[in-house]
Amino acid sequence: MEVKREKLRALAPLEGPPPAPSDLRVRQLRARDLLRGDLEGPELEAHIADSMLTTNLDRVLNWGRANSMFPLTFGLACCAIEMMSIVSPRYDIARFGAENMRASPRQADMIILSGRVSIKMAPVVRRIYDQMLEPKWAISMGACSSSGGMFANYAVVQGADKFMPVDIHVPGCPPRPEALIYGFNKLQRMILGNPDPGWRRRYNADGTEEWARDETIGAPSAEALEAYSAARERLG
Amino acid sequence: MPDAPGLELISQELDGVRAGSVLGTYHEHGQACLIVDPEAILDVLRWLRDTPGQEYRFLASLHGVDYLPAAPRFGVHYELLNMDRVERLRVRAALGDPGGDSLPQIDSAVELFPTADFQEREVYDFFGIVFRGHPDLRRILMPETYVGWPQRRDFPMGGEPVVFTYNEREVPRWFE
Repeated sequence: MEVKREKLRALAPLEGPPPAPSDLRVRQLRARDLLRGDLEGPELEAHIADSMLTTNLDRVLNWGRANSMFPLTFGLACCAIEMMSIVSPRYDIARFGAENMRASPRQADMIILSGRVSIKMAPVVRRIYDQMLEPKWAISMGACSSSGGMFANYAVVQGADKFMPVDIHVPGCPPRPEALIYGFNKLQRMILGNPDPGWRRRYNADGTEEWARDETIGAPSAEALEAYSAARERLG
Repeated sequence: MPDAPGLELISQELDGVRAGSVLGTYHEHGQACLIVDPEAILDVLRWLRDTPGQEYRFLASLHGVDYLPAAPRFGVHYELLNMDRVERLRVRAALGDPGGDSLPQIDSAVELFPTADFQEREVYDFFGIVFRGHPDLRRILMPETYVGWPQRRDFPMGGEPVVFTYNEREVPRWFE
């Protein structure tokens, strides 16, 4: 059986001035010819001029960033169980392009703080966040990492945004995976609407870099050293 | 589990080994407890571990307690277990608060039970009870730069007040 392929006669108006873009039928038929490989010459030029989206580079970059997110494989507490299930087939965050959890902060661009941050863990979390490359975003998942939650005591940091910038707070104890996905969608909206990916400029924090400005950072305070040496002396 | 007469027998024998080592006993909820003088704690533990017929060779747990309104303020509990007879015995050293900045002291049980190493560090970390003769007494769970003994009853709770409608007039708000 012979398949007869011929150019569509709908293109006939192209001999004169180009048709109005609102001529949907013409554009449809032209696209079909393009797929067949039959479109060439001035018709091809006209088709591209009709169908290209004019935009700017930042928008394209942010569109790519928002829809191809690489979260960090990082769990802090019980919220991590809910966080793990968002990559499962039931919740399937691959629909939004964030299913590829990276095991290294150097390859990740989003960190989900899933659980309470104890004061001993806070420097660790901060270092991991600092190791991530810009642009980077952070989601604080659940009541504990947002405000301390039920752990209003001596051991837990009362809100992770005391020591690192957080873009999205997801409430819940723990939040259901749907809630986390909703928070992630909010983050995508935020990325699409914000052309500035550096968090210091995003949060008006230029000049707050703490590295190499004060050499005593990380050393215990004089009071702590005194208490520590006093306790050591009592040991005899 | 030594029953109540058995606990009294142990207490009598211990008093014979070192006079005044046992301050009291109690037996409730099926649990036997010896309250001992903290100065004699090593003699008591060694006798309970080595004497034929006792042989509590396993230290299941070591923990501290703060009974703040009570007179000997602190307690160090040694949960002993005889694995042959499956008998448990609690030894409680009643430690007073020396007051001021000085910390209560007790002998370390590491030489008798090596498992006491980390558990004594934990008691030191949270209650500030110093174990004399411990090989490496420093904080184990809290950061090493931490100041204070957080599980004591007079330690401030910490945290931040949460704004509800009933206290929104008193609690300072970050957005104002």
